[in-house]
Amino acid sequence: MLYREAGQFKTTYSADMAIFPIRQDRVALILLLLFAFIGVPVMATFHIWPLGSDYMLRAILIPFLILALAAIGVNILVGYCGQISLGSGAFMAIGAYSAYKFSTGVHLPLAWLGTALAIPPLPVLPSILLGGLMAAVVGILFGIPSLRIKGLYLAVATLAAQFFFDWVFIRVKWFTNYAPSGSVSAPELNFFGLTVNTSIERYLLCLIFVTLFAFVAKNLVRGNLGRQWMAIRDMDIAAELMGIRPFYAKLTAFAVSSFMVGVAGALWAFVYLGAWEPLAFDINRSFQLLFMVIIGGLGSILGSFLGAAFILILPIMLDQVPHAIGVPISVETVSHLVFIVTGALICYLLIVEPHGFAKLWSIGKEKLRLWPYPY
Amino acid sequence: MIRKTLALAAAAIGMTAIAEPVLAQQNEQFIPLLVYRSGAYAVNGVPYANGVVDYYNLVNERDGGVNGVKLTFEECETAYATDKGVECYERLKGKGPTGAAYVNPLSTGITFALTEKTLADKIPIITMGYGRADSKNGSVFTWNFPLLGTYWSAADIAIQHVAREMGGADKLKGKKISLVYHDSPYGKEPIPALQVLAQKHGFEFTPVPVTHPGVEQKSQWLAIRQNRPDYVLLWGWGVMNGTAIREAAAVAYPRDKMLGVWWSGAEPDVTPAGAESVGYKALMLQHGAQRTPVHADIEKHVYAKGKGITEKDKIGEVLYNRGVVNAMLGVEAIRTAQSKFGKKPLTGEQVRWGYENLNLSAERLKELGFEGMLRPIKITCADHEGARDGRVQQWDGKAWKIISDWYTANQETTEPLVKDVSAKYAAEKKITPRDCAKES
Repeated sequence: MLYREAGQFKTTYSADMAIFPIRQDRVALILLLLFAFIGVPVMATFHIWPLGSDYMLRAILIPFLILALAAIGVNILVGYCGQISLGSGAFMAIGAYSAYKFSTGVHLPLAWLGTALAIPPLPVLPSILLGGLMAAVVGILFGIPSLRIKGLYLAVATLAAQFFFDWVFIRVKWFTNYAPSGSVSAPELNFFGLTVNTSIERYLLCLIFVTLFAFVAKNLVRGNLGRQWMAIRDMDIAAELMGIRPFYAKLTAFAVSSFMVGVAGALWAFVYLGAWEPLAFDINRSFQLLFMVIIGGLGSILGSFLGAAFILILPIMLDQVPHAIGVPISVETVSHLVFIVTGALICYLLIVEPHGFAKLWSIGKEKLRLWPYPY
Repeated sequence: MIRKTLALAAAAIGMTAIAEPVLAQQNEQFIPLLVYRSGAYAVNGVPYANGVVDYYNLVNERDGGVNGVKLTFEECETAYATDKGVECYERLKGKGPTGAAYVNPLSTGITFALTEKTLADKIPIITMGYGRADSKNGSVFTWNFPLLGTYWSAADIAIQHVAREMGGADKLKGKKISLVYHDSPYGKEPIPALQVLAQKHGFEFTPVPVTHPGVEQKSQWLAIRQNRPDYVLLWGWGVMNGTAIREAAAVAYPRDKMLGVWWSGAEPDVTPAGAESVGYKALMLQHGAQRTPVHADIEKHVYAKGKGITEKDKIGEVLYNRGVVNAMLGVEAIRTAQSKFGKKPLTGEQVRWGYENLNLSAERLKELGFEGMLRPIKITCADHEGARDGRVQQWDGKAWKIISDWYTANQETTEPLVKDVSAKYAAEKKITPRDCAKES
């Protein structure tokens, strides 16, 4: 009923190929964006429930947005191109540490050339983007094995990236500017003379990044490149016979994916944590991102958001339930319960809908479009 | 149908989670408790958290709060993870009528992350016996209080003890000392101080990292067997400590040549290794496993009323006591702040003043029931550490025995480091150091 498309005639090819061909989708998206960009800050400013507290913005929405961005990146690689990766945490770390290095100035003595590579401290925005770029370069490097190996074997190869970079950022003191504890802290978040400090500003900053990259991703996956990725995912030999170069398709997937994950890593470090050590990007982060993509829906941008919400927010909410309803159980019982409940819910969801939340949504949407006689 | 009920249930859960229970928050001081009662470090996190809670309950039950202001607190499980710690901090910082009085991260990693945030939120961050060592300099680190001893002080005390065992500081020359450390900001923190000390005394210093959580240490101890250091310092936490002792036994490294930091010297660290840990030594953050009048009070006012949260025989263990000491210092800081700002719930900014002017004499400590556990402590703007004393204890298979006199960390070695590193931090963060001469 809501989704009745009667009367929406497409008279040009471009209208037919639009990013959101259904008018209801466009309206919903505009409303959502308006709410995210204007509604949330207004509610936060005037302390309107449920977004009135600093906590909702700083501890829920900001990490949600950043992890959703990382999940989009992982989804491009795993969901669209079918290359299983367990190295996402490492790519986040590369983004974070590269951005840190660029923002504090790079000085690399090249003794054998008798010179030194010196880059003065860059502003935050180019630092973050260069962080993403470095992650993309490394992503391409670690993507090369994907030309020969597939599936679980590739997962093991990317796992090597994870452990290698964990090791690099702990051991190579150059990356942490020789900080005695190995913990580094983010520079002041300064964008074109504006200092981003309050939770609303930080939220908007993340929102801008996520919106931009989500649109980029959405457009990429429905274009030439995205179709190449999906062809490779569905059957790489058939794709190759149709003239798709696996070398190009796979490595672009690695590059785009790592770039987004790297930017997310830089944001996670700069905006959410503020100070971090390599443990913030350990193997658990890679698993977390992979689970987000699987639960949210492989091969869906929307699914990345839904998965991030589920994996990040559900445990936090569950953690607060017993206290909020006044059940006196200790925090360790709660934290164990959270593991049990989250785990059980994941199992249940994957049995009921193996294709994740995104599939649930698309089924629902199909039914609405055929209302009142869905089949 | 199932999906609908599920959605409804989820919505209900969401609503209740956000809805705050409306409490009569009038005369209450809120203290957030970042704890870890689960995960790889729970064995050490649990007794510490128990001590903290028991002491706050004692103050509420025995005295009716601090000058009539009742203490309220809420635990949040961090599992020692930095991102979880940040979430907990954000969740709890605004609770109570005046927000959080202070925050205790109980993890050096979380301390680093919160140092950036407490600055803006104006909440003091208390890192008793841990945290970043340069934060001793209160003129740069206005909000950080590494009370009773930083890791640089600990490193100095450890080397003093090693020197005494070897028969004098001059005997350290040419000796080999290894540091087996938790490869995290916590374990890395003492390294600069130990490097300075190695240079000063002429011993050879080898850091040996152990990856989190520290259950895998075979290769590290094989390296130690090859290197044969004269002494091994242990900077471990949680399961890492017991594993280190067992691995030392496996390569036949003498346990009485091992000296743990004060976070590697509690009962859960030595009991898993059984007889193998006999002879193992550890620093004491002043107190040890002991009972003083405050423990009798806790039994009488908290446990007799059925409000205790642990077993009675755990009262007086090392980490339990550390929790008690930590809570006491917080309560006394609030009391000090009340003497200036009035007997009402205080903001974090006001409690910070209380910490900075905290002055506990021997008489006051006796009054509080801490005689024999703590030496007098006086915090100033320039010195957020307040005291840097320690002793050494040795495990005899049943209990910790104190085997040394008091050591006081030599500031001459660490002070230049503190100045250097904190100045670098101030420059990086564009902080203008306060002039401590003008603070009152």
